[in-house]
Amino acid sequence: MADLDLATFFLALLAGAIRVGTPFIFVSLGECLTEKSGRINLGLEGILVSGAMAGYAVAYLTGSAWIGVLAAGGAGLMLGLLHGAICSLPRVNDIAVGIALMVLGTGLAFFLGKSFIQPQAPSLVAIHLGGWSDDERVRSALSINVLFFIGVALAFVLSWGLRSTRWGLMLRLVGDHAESARALGYRPVLVRIAATAAGGFLAGIGGAYLSLYYPGSWNEGLSSGQGIMAVALVIFARWQPLRCLWAALLFGAAGAIGPALQSVGISSGYYLFSAAPYALTLAVMFITCRPNQTLSGAPGELSLTR
Amino acid sequence: MRALSLETIGAGKSFGSFRALGDVSMKVRAGTVHALLGENGAGKSTLVKGIVGYGPLDEGSILIGGREQTIVSPRDAHGLGIGMVYQHFTVAPGLSVAENLVLSRGELPWRIDWKQERARLAEFMQRMPFNIDVERAVSSLAAGEKQKLEILKQLYLDRRFIILDEPTSVLTPQEAEEVLGLMRDLTRAGDLSVLMITHKFSEVTRFADDVTVLRRGQLVGSKAVADTDETELSTWMMGESRTQAAVLERTRNDAERVPGLEVSNLQVANDRGTLAVKGVSLSVLPGEIVGIAGISGNGQRELTEALLGQRRRSAGEIRVNGRPYQATRTEMQRERVYSLPEEPLRNACIAGMSVAENLALRDYDQAPLCRSGWLINRRAIRLRARDLIERFNVRPNDPDRPIGTLSGGNVQRAVLARELTEDVAVLIVSNPVFGLDFASVELIHRRLLEARNRGAAVLLLSEDLDELLELSDRILVIHDGEINHQTVPAEAERQVLGRYMAGTEQNDQQVAS
Repeated sequence: MADLDLATFFLALLAGAIRVGTPFIFVSLGECLTEKSGRINLGLEGILVSGAMAGYAVAYLTGSAWIGVLAAGGAGLMLGLLHGAICSLPRVNDIAVGIALMVLGTGLAFFLGKSFIQPQAPSLVAIHLGGWSDDERVRSALSINVLFFIGVALAFVLSWGLRSTRWGLMLRLVGDHAESARALGYRPVLVRIAATAAGGFLAGIGGAYLSLYYPGSWNEGLSSGQGIMAVALVIFARWQPLRCLWAALLFGAAGAIGPALQSVGISSGYYLFSAAPYALTLAVMFITCRPNQTLSGAPGELSLTR
Repeated sequence: MRALSLETIGAGKSFGSFRALGDVSMKVRAGTVHALLGENGAGKSTLVKGIVGYGPLDEGSILIGGREQTIVSPRDAHGLGIGMVYQHFTVAPGLSVAENLVLSRGELPWRIDWKQERARLAEFMQRMPFNIDVERAVSSLAAGEKQKLEILKQLYLDRRFIILDEPTSVLTPQEAEEVLGLMRDLTRAGDLSVLMITHKFSEVTRFADDVTVLRRGQLVGSKAVADTDETELSTWMMGESRTQAAVLERTRNDAERVPGLEVSNLQVANDRGTLAVKGVSLSVLPGEIVGIAGISGNGQRELTEALLGQRRRSAGEIRVNGRPYQATRTEMQRERVYSLPEEPLRNACIAGMSVAENLALRDYDQAPLCRSGWLINRRAIRLRARDLIERFNVRPNDPDRPIGTLSGGNVQRAVLARELTEDVAVLIVSNPVFGLDFASVELIHRRLLEARNRGAAVLLLSEDLDELLELSDRILVIHDGEINHQTVPAEAERQVLGRYMAGTEQNDQQVAS
C-alpha cells in the first residue's frame, strides 16, 4: 500500500519536525534577539549543553521537570550575561568570545554533569492531542511537548514585540545604528548585554528540552551542533522571528528524515540521512551568502556584515 | 513668534594646548537664516557642537531667547528646542521612516500604537511642504530624501532652532534650492531660526539673512548679507583674496591616439545584488581629465570599485592602453594604472601599517624595494618614504608612524605621493578633496593637472560640481547607473547639469565616448 506508506512517512516527518525542531526554535529565537542588538553569540552551543545539564540536574534533585527548565534558562542567562559583559569591554571581538564560551560551556557541563549521567530525572510531559484517533501512529505523532507551543507563541510575541513595543524598536535601533541610538540617549552596551542574556535564557531552555524530553537523558553526546546551526538558521531566516520558526521546523524535518524513512521500512542509509541537517546548513549558507553582496535585512551593526 | 534667537558671548574652546575657538560673539536673530562661513578647521564645527552640547564650550555664555542657558549635553539643547542636522546621516537604515521618526521622539509608551502613530504622522506630513512615504525603509531613500528626512525629523520634534551642517553637500542644485528655500520660508513665517554651516557663497547670498565668518577659531566679521559681497566674504575667509592658480602648460594633441582607459557597456552589481552600473561606456584619452558628475549613490562607488578591481563586474569590457584589463596586480604594474579612491584610509591604506609601508604598497614586490623577487629591502622602503614625505609635505614627517594616526589631509597626501609617480598612464580619482582644507585641495588639484599635462588619462568622479568644472576637459553626468549627459566645462550650465544629475532630464543624445 504505497498510499498508506506515504501518509505514514509524512506523519512521521511532521512529528519529527516538531520533536527535533523545538530546541531549534528556542535557540534560534534567542540568537535572533541577540543578533538584532548587533552582537553575534557563537557560544550558543556551550549554553545549550550547559542548559541541558543544569536542567537535568535540577530536575533530578528537585523532582520537578519544570523547575529544571527554569534552572536551564537561568544557567543560559548567566552565560549570556558573561558573553555580553565581556564583549562590552573595549576592543573585544564577539566572535572570539563566542568560541571561548562554546568551549567553556560544554566543558563546565561535562565536568559538573559527570554524576548525573546515570540517574533518571523526571521528564517533561507531552500533551496528547491524538486521543480522537484509534491509530497508534497518529496518537504518537500528536503527543507534543508544551515547550513547542510556548516556542510558537514566543515567535509570534517576538515578531510583534520587535515592531510594536518600545523595547523592540530600541533593540532594533541599537542593532542597526548604534550612533543614532546613542544620540537619542540610549545605551547600546546595556541593551546588548540584556539582549545577549535573554538570548542565553532561551538557548538554555532549548537545552532543557534536549535532556528532559527528547532524547530525554543527560549524556555528553546530547547536542549535535544545534547551537551552531542556529546561527546559520537565523541568517537563513533573515533575522525575522516568524521565519525562524519555519526554518527551525525545516531543520527539524531534515533531522527527522532518517527515522521517518525507517518508520515506513526503509532503513538503508539511516546514518547518511542523519547528516541531512548539516547538509542543509551548508546549502543554506551557499545559497544565501555571496561575495559582493551584503545580506539583506541584516542588522547594520553586526560584525558579520560590517 | 515660535522661533528662538541665539547669542554667544565670548565663546571659546581648547583641546589641550590648541585653542580651537576663541572669543566668538555672534547673534542669530529670531526667525532668520544665519550662515556660518569658514574654511575647514576654522572652528565652525567646534562652535556648533558647543551650542548643541556635544562638546561643551570652555568659555563664554550662550543666550537663548535673551536668557542665559547652560548647555552641557545634547539633552539640554533638545530641551531648549535646539536641534542639529549633521553632514552624515543619523537615521537607522534598517528601520522604516515611520519607525525612525517615532523613535526620535524619545519617551515612548511601552506599547506603540501604530494606528495612532500613523495617523499622527500623516497629519504631520500634511503640514509639511515636502513629503516622504513613511512606510519606506530608510535604506531605500536617495541621499536627498535622507537629508529631507533629517530635516523633517527636527521639525517633527518641534525644534525651534535648527543647525544645519553643510546641508547641501549631498544634494543636486535643484534639491538644494528646494531644501534651503523651504528653510527660508519656515523662518520667514516665524516658526524657526536656522544656523547654517556652509562654504558656498551662492547659498549665503541667496538664502541667508546674516552671515558670520570664522577664521582659525576667531571671529572675522558678522554682517547682514545685504551689506556685504562675495569679495569681502572671501577676503574674510581666506585672509586675502584667493589667488588664481597659474594656468599650466599642457602638451596634448588630440590626434588619433589609443584611449588610456576605455569602458564599454560595463555593468556592475551593488551589495544587494541589483545592478548599480547599468551599461556605462566611456573613454579617456591620454592627457585628458574626464569628470563624472552625479549625486552620491548613483553607481559611482560601484563603477570606481569595478575599475580598481575591488568589485566584480557583471558584464562589459574595460580596456587600458588598448588592451583588455582585469585589474590584476600584474596588469596594474604593466599598464601603470593608479588611483585616488575616496576614503583613502579605507580604500587605499592599511591603517595599522606605517607610512613607509603604505607608501610601498604599489611596488614593494619589485626592484629596488625587493631583492631577488622575495626579500624586502626595508632600508630602501624607508629611504624612499622619507623622500616622498618631504616632496609631498606629509605631516608629521615620520615614516614609522601608523598611517591611521595621521589627519585626513595628510593621509590623502601620502596616497597622492604613492599614486602620482612620474609615469602614471591611467589615474582613477574619486572625490579626492572631500573634507580637506584649502591648502590640501590646492595641492591635490595642482598635482592632478600636472599628471594630466604629463600625459596621464584621468577619470575624475566627484560630487563637487565646482571641482569638476575647474579641472575637467569633458564632463559626463551619471544618473541611476547610466551616463545621460556629456558636455565641456566651457559650455556647461549648473542648472542643466543639475537636472541631468537628478534624472529629470533624460538622455539628450546617445553618449558613447
